[in-house]
Amino acid sequence: MLHDILITLTVLTNFTLVATSRIHKSIQVAAFQGVLLGLLPLTLGLGFHIHILLMAAAAVIVKGWFIPFLLRRALAKVHIHREVHPYIGYTVSLMLCALGTGMSIVLAHNLPLKPGGPFALFVPAALATLFTGFLLLVSRRKAITQVVGYLVLENGIYLFGLMLIEAMPILVETGVLLDLFVGIFVMGIVINHITVAFDSMDTRQLAELKD
Amino acid sequence: MTWYLIVLPLLAAGVAFAIPSPIWRVRILTATAILHLIGLLVALRGWGTPPAGAWLGLDALGGWVLLVISVLFLVCALYAPAYLALRPDRDGRIFTGSLLSFLGLASLLAQSQHPGITWVAIETTTLATAPLIYFNHNRHSLEATWKYLLIGSVGIALALLGTLFIAYAANMGGVEEPLLYGRLMHDSALLSRPWLRAGFVLTLVGYGTKMGLAPMHTWKPDAYGETPGIVGALLAGGVTSCAFLALLRIYAVVAAAGEAPFARELLVGFGLLSMTWAMVFMVRQLDFKRLLAYSSVEHMGILVLGIGIGGNAAKFALFHLAANALVKSVLFLSAGNIHRSYASKQLPFVTGAIRRTPISGWLFLLGFLAITGTPPFAPFISEFNIAYTALTTGHVWVGTAFLVLLGAIFLGMSDTVIKVVFGTPSAQRVRTPYKDTFATTAPMIAALALALVMGLWLPRPLQDMLQSAALMVGGQP
Repeated sequence: MLHDILITLTVLTNFTLVATSRIHKSIQVAAFQGVLLGLLPLTLGLGFHIHILLMAAAAVIVKGWFIPFLLRRALAKVHIHREVHPYIGYTVSLMLCALGTGMSIVLAHNLPLKPGGPFALFVPAALATLFTGFLLLVSRRKAITQVVGYLVLENGIYLFGLMLIEAMPILVETGVLLDLFVGIFVMGIVINHITVAFDSMDTRQLAELKD
Repeated sequence: MTWYLIVLPLLAAGVAFAIPSPIWRVRILTATAILHLIGLLVALRGWGTPPAGAWLGLDALGGWVLLVISVLFLVCALYAPAYLALRPDRDGRIFTGSLLSFLGLASLLAQSQHPGITWVAIETTTLATAPLIYFNHNRHSLEATWKYLLIGSVGIALALLGTLFIAYAANMGGVEEPLLYGRLMHDSALLSRPWLRAGFVLTLVGYGTKMGLAPMHTWKPDAYGETPGIVGALLAGGVTSCAFLALLRIYAVVAAAGEAPFARELLVGFGLLSMTWAMVFMVRQLDFKRLLAYSSVEHMGILVLGIGIGGNAAKFALFHLAANALVKSVLFLSAGNIHRSYASKQLPFVTGAIRRTPISGWLFLLGFLAITGTPPFAPFISEFNIAYTALTTGHVWVGTAFLVLLGAIFLGMSDTVIKVVFGTPSAQRVRTPYKDTFATTAPMIAALALALVMGLWLPRPLQDMLQSAALMVGGQP
């Protein structure tokens, strides 16, 4: 029962993420979503196996603390607080997010599940979170908000990975954690270079190359 | 399993990064490239199916792809000393280290028998190549690197989700760990079909992003346009081949499960779309490095199209992988030389290259003729056979569209190439001290000669290997 509540909260945080314009708040919400997902494996009744504990601890620390810490530090260097004039406005983003969540439920309905696990809500929630991350990535201008989008996209994959955590722990752990850590880490380095080179974090500056 | 193919380049990368002497650094690069190719040829003498249950092993498919990458890497490594000597202002440590790490990771990928390891190898090759794109350290290269990383990371994330979907398909069917490709193909009847199909779509989009299939190719013109020619050659022939191999491994599982018709329709669709998209952007393209990037999009399209048509065309798609890599190295390296001589890569500023840098100019022209399918170069053989197979196995419309697109691309590309090579000198040109030397042209001549030989004759053992690799792609373990 508890896991259903956590998943519902995760989907609700998706809506908060697409609707907020303050960058600080979007980092905070993404961190909160990370903590929710980090606690999720402990509520599945899979027992307290070392793999489960490791996954939960790593997710809470990396998603809930370390990456938000890096993002806040990057944000402190440039004096921006708001995502102004995104490519897709907040109202439209909210509607798209709702549409995406609805489509995820339809899509998940067509994929069979292994009978008897606690995973009924996992697939639609994973796809909806993936879609939200994608939406943030394409609709925002600031490099840092795009990284938040990537983080949310990764949360969707993590959520799906939890369905396999018992059967194939190593595949899931290496995949999810490496992808997340490496992606964010390298993007952090590049954001640093962008900040130095352009004195801003606006990806509109990165639009000189085109046909 | 041949550990040394993985360990040697990674060790060399560490040493090259650590030592202060630039001269020794390039020597290590060249020596490692030569040793890697020799080691691989020795290892390939005994290629076969790796023992069941092995996580790493060299089979025909991985061996063929790694052979292509190793030869391409040697061409680049022979060119590198002269290039780095021209760029004393830039840090050669990260450059050499990244190049060598890429070779080690590509060797890991080629031998991987597990989708998880394959995915990790693709992820790390992206990381190893990102500093290469940022080599020039200016605003444009930064923009290109950001796009490469962001789009590439999303692609890889989707590939991970696809891999997890396929793992779930196996889990539902009761297939036990470890999920090696061999086991997945052997127990393919047990896999859950909806998850397998969805997993294939996601891996196709994910690894397709890394290959640069349209419409996920948008990072490609920027990345190839802003990097040095040598990196462009390695990206267009090496990194794309890695992603293609990862895709082929999944396709083999799907084909073994009897879902090939579904997958092949998708592959043909992406192939034709990539070729069409590339054609549109190649017409009146003023930037000749971006022109080559779109040519790469086109050839990635040809690769997946060949697999999609299947049968003999799949074999020639694998052949085309080698042909494309060799000819692209000639094109990118000669374009790099021309770029250096004119300090520009835009058309009105670069004309008449055949008089100023005669060898690079000729090589650029011959490379263009080779890549567009002029006999007797290797790409002609593969393009002809893919078209022939399509037309004779009932894919008449696909075959016709393929030929029409090839023709249109030839015309579109020729306009820019002929102006660059033969165009009348204009007053806007800049002259830099760069002149063609033996060291900056000989590796290209060797690569072009190899492409010519491959077009006329392929040694028996390699033919057998290609045949066997094509069977593996078709789903026979």
